[in-house]
Amino acid sequence: MSFPLLTATAAVPAIGAIATAAVPAAKRTAAKWLALAFSLVTFALALVIAFRFVPGAKGPYQLTESHAWIRDFGVRYELGVDGIAVALIALTALLIPFVILAGWHDADPLEETAAPDSGSAAGNRRNSWRPTQGFFALILAVEAMVILSFEATDVFLFYIFFEAMLIPMYFLIGGFGDRAHVHGEEQAATQRSYAAVKFLLYNLVGGLIMLAAVIGLYAVTADQLGTGTFSLQQIVEARAAGKLELGTGTERLLFLGFFFAFAVKAPLWPLHTWLPNAMGEATAPVAVLITAVVDKVGTFAMLRFCLQLFPGASRWATPAILVLALISIVYGALLAVGQRDIKRLIAYASISHFGFIILGIFAMTTQGQSGATLYMVNHGISTAALMLVAGFLISRRGSRLIADYGGVQKVAPVLAGTFLVGGLATLSLPGLAPFVSEFLVLVGTFSRYPVIGIIATLGIVLAALYVLVLYQRTMTGPVKAEVRSMPDLRVRELVVVAPLIALLLFLGVYPKPLTDIVNPAVGHTLSVVDKKDPKPAVQVDAVPGGARHGHAAPDQDVEAAK
Amino acid sequence: MENLIALLVAAPLVGAALLLCGGKRLDRTGHLIGSLFAVASFAIGVALFADLLGRGAEDRTLHQYLFSWIQVGGFRADAAFQLDQLSMTFVLLITGVGSLIHIYSIGYMEHDERRRRFFGYLNLFLAAMLLLVLADNYLLLYVGWEGVGLASYLLIGFWQHKPSAATAAKKAFLVNRVGDMGLSIAIMLMFTTFGTFAFGPVLAATGETSEGKLTAIGLMLLLAACGKSAQVPLQSWLGDAMEGPTPVSALIHAATMVTAGVYLITRSGAIFNAAPDAQVAVVAVGAVTLLFGAIVGCAKDDIKKALAGSTMSQIGYMILAAGLGPIGYAFAIMHLVTHGFFKAGLFLGAGSVMHGMNDEVDMRRYGGLRTYMPVTFITFGLGYLAIIGFPGLSGFFSKDKIIEAAFAKGGTEGWILGGAALLGAAITAFYMTRVMLMTFFGEKRWDPDTTHPHESPKVMTIPMIVLAVGSVFAGGLFSVNETFVKWLEPVTSFEHGHSPVSATTVTAATMVVLVLGVGLAWAMYGRRPVPATAPRGSLLTRAARRDLLQDDFNHVVLVRGGEHLTRTLVYLDHSLVDGAVNGTAASMGGLSGRLRKLQSGFVRSYAVQMLGGAAVLIAATLLMRGV
Amino acid sequence: MNPVYYLYLAALLFTIGGAGVLIRRNAIVVFMCIELMLNACNLAFVTFSRMHGNLDGQIIAFFTMVVAAAEVVVGLAIIVSIFRTRHTASVDDASLMKL
Repeated sequence: MSFPLLTATAAVPAIGAIATAAVPAAKRTAAKWLALAFSLVTFALALVIAFRFVPGAKGPYQLTESHAWIRDFGVRYELGVDGIAVALIALTALLIPFVILAGWHDADPLEETAAPDSGSAAGNRRNSWRPTQGFFALILAVEAMVILSFEATDVFLFYIFFEAMLIPMYFLIGGFGDRAHVHGEEQAATQRSYAAVKFLLYNLVGGLIMLAAVIGLYAVTADQLGTGTFSLQQIVEARAAGKLELGTGTERLLFLGFFFAFAVKAPLWPLHTWLPNAMGEATAPVAVLITAVVDKVGTFAMLRFCLQLFPGASRWATPAILVLALISIVYGALLAVGQRDIKRLIAYASISHFGFIILGIFAMTTQGQSGATLYMVNHGISTAALMLVAGFLISRRGSRLIADYGGVQKVAPVLAGTFLVGGLATLSLPGLAPFVSEFLVLVGTFSRYPVIGIIATLGIVLAALYVLVLYQRTMTGPVKAEVRSMPDLRVRELVVVAPLIALLLFLGVYPKPLTDIVNPAVGHTLSVVDKKDPKPAVQVDAVPGGARHGHAAPDQDVEAAK
Repeated sequence: MENLIALLVAAPLVGAALLLCGGKRLDRTGHLIGSLFAVASFAIGVALFADLLGRGAEDRTLHQYLFSWIQVGGFRADAAFQLDQLSMTFVLLITGVGSLIHIYSIGYMEHDERRRRFFGYLNLFLAAMLLLVLADNYLLLYVGWEGVGLASYLLIGFWQHKPSAATAAKKAFLVNRVGDMGLSIAIMLMFTTFGTFAFGPVLAATGETSEGKLTAIGLMLLLAACGKSAQVPLQSWLGDAMEGPTPVSALIHAATMVTAGVYLITRSGAIFNAAPDAQVAVVAVGAVTLLFGAIVGCAKDDIKKALAGSTMSQIGYMILAAGLGPIGYAFAIMHLVTHGFFKAGLFLGAGSVMHGMNDEVDMRRYGGLRTYMPVTFITFGLGYLAIIGFPGLSGFFSKDKIIEAAFAKGGTEGWILGGAALLGAAITAFYMTRVMLMTFFGEKRWDPDTTHPHESPKVMTIPMIVLAVGSVFAGGLFSVNETFVKWLEPVTSFEHGHSPVSATTVTAATMVVLVLGVGLAWAMYGRRPVPATAPRGSLLTRAARRDLLQDDFNHVVLVRGGEHLTRTLVYLDHSLVDGAVNGTAASMGGLSGRLRKLQSGFVRSYAVQMLGGAAVLIAATLLMRGV
Repeated sequence: MNPVYYLYLAALLFTIGGAGVLIRRNAIVVFMCIELMLNACNLAFVTFSRMHGNLDGQIIAFFTMVVAAAEVVVGLAIIVSIFRTRHTASVDDASLMKL
């Protein structure tokens, strides 16, 4: 048996979480470095996965592992990755070290920042202060569960991690907030716990409905196949062979059960209201964890489970979902324009972007789905860049309100510059990575649903509006008195932001490494759903003088996409 | 030779990267580095131009393939360049004028502490603009298209500490984004129609599809052009864009970026030729804008805003010409090049005047400056003569041809367009003479104690002189033997228009309106002293001062309306969407609050409840058995 | 003798116990009444056992006794400790555990 690479990639952060939590209270800094080391090892393993993965190889999943787990219910420990999962695992493993670095001081004991030494009582408290270890352990725990849910090809196994990641997320949101909150710590704590409970309840409700659907799926398979199974591949194959027939009504109900959970997680309008609260109250790194990593499980699961388990119902629900996605795009953007709180603004922008991702998935075209997958990755990176810089800004002034800033550009040009680049990525400026994915989603949607595609392009104007308004109000204009002594980015912060920006540039100019991995997986999904790209009205190759490329362009990749 | 094309773009891009990431170390040499990369790009451009000249007319299209950029299913975009006569013309204009303005900026921005950054942005602009004109497909063009928008945003808002500059920058970017929406929809339409959006195949296959689709593509391209080139109805950003440093206005908002719309339409000529309805829309936009801009230009007292109105109007001419089809493309580009010379020269002149006048922009505080700034006066004067179409100077040749072509459109349409173009020429003569008189002639209206007008340093005047030479001779050179038209013909195709009025008549008419315009301006501003504070003016004047109320319209409808919309949505999101959920939670809480009262803590009440429960259970059991 | 009489007796005892639990305030008395109810049940169980001729009822009666004994131990301990802290054995005063 070969080395269980997928298990190892998830096990490393899990072990890291335990090890970090076990570090003695006084050795906080050691715990931080330990967590960082574990996250870096995970990233290295994720890179190994990416390189071991062969795009376009036979079979939908690679690096598979399969062991019996709960025999009586046909639950198996089944892991496997396709191109989409590889891309998202890489994204997750990439972002966690930055999240840890950015949150380096977010969980330090209060005294350390407030009053350096105020007697022995404070000293004692500092020595018994353990949340620092907890903070980094929880982040690693989330990472392990997210990676496992990207890898799981057994529906029940997926469900377990999909739900279990709520627990560490709950504590991360409820337990750690922005340090110097303008309204005072008590009110902040109330709002935090409100946000955390809201996050938990929303996702639990979604998860419970999904659990019912999971059980329903088992009942149907047990009924028709003799032995019940949760294995995605087995179900897909049984359907293809005609051995499994869900029946239209059942299929639609089960689809809705799954989709509801994913739509809450994604989040899709009108199930979105937990996100602004959660992202607003959590610290910036945790907000990044929510929107860039955890939420991606929702959209990923739509691609992997909703479409492949219930192709018929997916086609049936497409119009309604497209309309909801469209509403998310425009609504999220408009609400972002109206926000007064930097983090909530970014949260609403994310809702708009998730609308694009879902639009791309359900447009059911190669461009749409590849674009949606790229969008997940690029949105992760761009939001991380923007949100982390916003977090650095907020930690300097102790306020999340846009109106409390002004003229930062003058005192902290590097901070303002990186903030602008993050913002430009958010508004999908060509040359930066999100443009590629957004345009693919738009083209993919447009080629099947022109009207929806055109309305969705409105999103790009609105995105420019909320990003530039945010930049103008915080960074330009006369320097506010409270901002005057603001320091520019420190080395640690620069180490966080610079690689993200470099990556945004690289993937904007050369997205091929990503598209090569993703394209075959999208082809497989579309073949399961039984949809083909619409053909262009004019076959250019047939037109005299209209050969696709007048010059000697190597045509090597045309076949690779199929 | 074709491998040099990428270098054209790369040189300023490297410069921008160096200057923007280089940090304070480069503060002292940044302007030199920036200028060096601009000039290097120009040198490469000249080398390529020489190479093209050495080839046969049909063999002058070069391609360079770099790598496959995006490839998903049938969607394929390459990072590939195409250099032909049209691109070459733009490359020379962009790098040539660009280099001159880099040099000028060394002097103009000398005392600005962020000069390094300024040159970084300028280099970024050059790179994006070159990418725009060198791309071999629409998606790559789109990258350049938004790239110049970004550079324009950064440069308009260069003095960010001024709220007005930051607002103007934001406005420019937003209005441009509306246009960009048009371009992206056009690309999507091309993809669904042709399965590709590379220039070669799309433009070759226009005959294969319905006119309706081509019209839709054409209109979307026109929307894009309106945004970038400040044409009605997306023109409102250009006036505000004058908040940027003057060299920026000269390079981006006069000579190059704003002409990108003309490039787009000319490049997509094959689409427009096959979609007459779209062409009508193009000429209509051009004609309306050329009058709109001219009228606005007459009323502004801010020298830069007057020139901005003029730019709008002149680009209106170009768009008009481009909308005429093969009889106009070449002249549109020719006017674009000559305009690049004289308008850049005029802006640099204006910058030089402001430089000597403590950054005063109000022409009512100028007057009699010709003796204080002789070089500026002469170069500005030559630019002035060129733009009004004084016989023998550049503008005369290029504008005259456009008016002729407008008449040649034929029918009522031809008369309307020709008439509008002639009227525009008259107004141009009027407002430019007004600028000239108010700035350089008449009595001094500035305070000699605080203001000491002086000539600008050589580093600024030399670029002005070069541009002035260009504005004098370029038009004439291009017209000898129709050199320019023949040079462009393989790309844009060319037909001689059949004008109902002869060329001589058109020229004569142009001369008459020219004299009328100049005469009227002299009567109003030359003979009489100019009041230092603006008179109330007629209704039209007042409206023109406010950009013919376009901004007020935008403000009321878009800004106010948008604010109300977002505020309502924020409220609804909180009260309705969130409220539904919170309401459910609250009603659950209320219910449990009421149920809680049952838990009184009295043991005996619990005992009663238990007894009752047991009784109910027993009764239920008995009843069930009974049934 | 007809075993049904034992059932009547059990019912009577149970009612007396139940009424005592509901009416009396003194914890000790309440406690005794509960014991009375338990024993009434025991009596009924044993009677049923006799009537149906199997031993299930008797076994359950033993269980009940064991549970009752355990309950007495814990219950009396609680009552004593409440009396010590609050100097009263009234059940209505011990209502601190409500929500």
